[in-house]
Amino acid sequence: MREVAVVGAGMTRFGELWQSSLRDLFVEAALEALTSAGADHVDDIYVGNMSGGQFVGQEHLGPLFADHLGMAGVPVTRVESACASGGVALRAGFMAVASGMSDLVLAAGVEKMTDGADVTNVLATAADQETEAYHGITFPGLYAMIARAYLDTHAATEEDLAWVAVKNHRHGALNPKAQFQREVTLEQVMTSTMVADPLRLLHCSPVSDGAAAVLLCPLDQAKQYTDRPVKILGSGLASAPMALAAREDPAFLDAVAKSADRAYRMAGVKADDIRVAEVHDCFSIAEICCIEAIGVACRGEGAQAARVGLTALGGRIPVNTSGGLKSKGHPVGATGIAQAIEIYEQLRGEAGERQVEGARLGLTQNMGGSGASSVVHIFQGV
Amino acid sequence: MPSPRYWREVPNRYRLEAGRCAACGKVTFPARRVCPECRGTETEPMALSRTAKVVTSTVIRVPPDDFLMEAPYAMAVVETPEGARLMTQVVDCDPEAVLPGMNVALEFRLIRKEGHGGIRCYGHKAVPAG
Repeated sequence: MREVAVVGAGMTRFGELWQSSLRDLFVEAALEALTSAGADHVDDIYVGNMSGGQFVGQEHLGPLFADHLGMAGVPVTRVESACASGGVALRAGFMAVASGMSDLVLAAGVEKMTDGADVTNVLATAADQETEAYHGITFPGLYAMIARAYLDTHAATEEDLAWVAVKNHRHGALNPKAQFQREVTLEQVMTSTMVADPLRLLHCSPVSDGAAAVLLCPLDQAKQYTDRPVKILGSGLASAPMALAAREDPAFLDAVAKSADRAYRMAGVKADDIRVAEVHDCFSIAEICCIEAIGVACRGEGAQAARVGLTALGGRIPVNTSGGLKSKGHPVGATGIAQAIEIYEQLRGEAGERQVEGARLGLTQNMGGSGASSVVHIFQGV
Repeated sequence: MPSPRYWREVPNRYRLEAGRCAACGKVTFPARRVCPECRGTETEPMALSRTAKVVTSTVIRVPPDDFLMEAPYAMAVVETPEGARLMTQVVDCDPEAVLPGMNVALEFRLIRKEGHGGIRCYGHKAVPAG
């Protein structure tokens, strides 16, 4: 396998972008990624998207996007794994370069969620339609059940959940691309509207539009495009039973643990070596379960991490310096690529006020559904 | 939901039909072709008991369109004595009182209606039990 580097990145602002269509968002992010690397062509494109079909009635996205990028003719593949679509597209791009199939690959993710579709229903299609959605469950509902199972078995409180949102909004307030560039107080989180007990509105990531794209090439060609490439050391993907009812412990995200183990093994590093991480905080409880599953916190101790500052900027391992899905926004198919861009900027020392000093190793973790798929990547500044 | 799809799901929706793996004894609801525990492919159909215990739960306050009239409502993952788990609404009680460990009975109920002219979709809901 060839060594693979990220050599360019581009992303739109995340938010309610009324003026931009699904294809506009993709083109904006892709052009910025190409320009940042001075590239005038790509050999291959992978694009993560959860549900163009349901959100805007558009499928067959690969050729549409290549065409609008002025690259009709280039091989292009749309990748779907619900909210992990972006991360899985990155993995597909990584494999294309590592295998020698393609030299310069664009890995992108995009979602247009605010064009009028019933977002609750569309997102619920990432749950089991026959055994879960049929009975009236929603995505906040599934994560609320995970939260209640967690609170029932560990020494943790609703205030611990709220601290995740407070921390991530503090980070997001420093990110010019974030949907919510403002802080929230613990009291605001704890008194926000209940969505699905015990999860409140400010425990939930928002409905967002956005796109993100990175450019990948073999490490030995990276200097053609940038002085500071970021190497992808490891990639891990895993699945778990689709329905929450089919999992032994609803509060343990087995796919996340397996995907992290695989990525660590490929990279030859341990959880303790990671200095900055972006994890899938679609709901506050998700960040807690994910940092436990990737080994940043011990089982049962993830709930305290945000409150004590372990995962805040300045802490031992800052998590979601971008603001996370909670504050930066969560255009589902774009999220996995946007996470990679935050780590890319951190490892290049370009994260501005959010910079984690001296960070050499970073990790991204992106998951689909209520945790039935998860993909982890480990990056190293070169 | 198109009616052939609804009709296919009648055995598990109406009769709570699960499958017991002939090789390892794992009970799966609804029944599957391949056992998720041992990959055995011989399954015996069996009906689940109509009692269960709440594993985890929530109260849905922002529902999907089809359930607008019912919110807020409790939902739970419940486990039957056979070890099968299913997602279900818990009704006929204060939704906030539905918590892990609660004993419930499973009753045949109307689950949703398919618009104004569509079919009425049935299944099971849980109610508090002693």
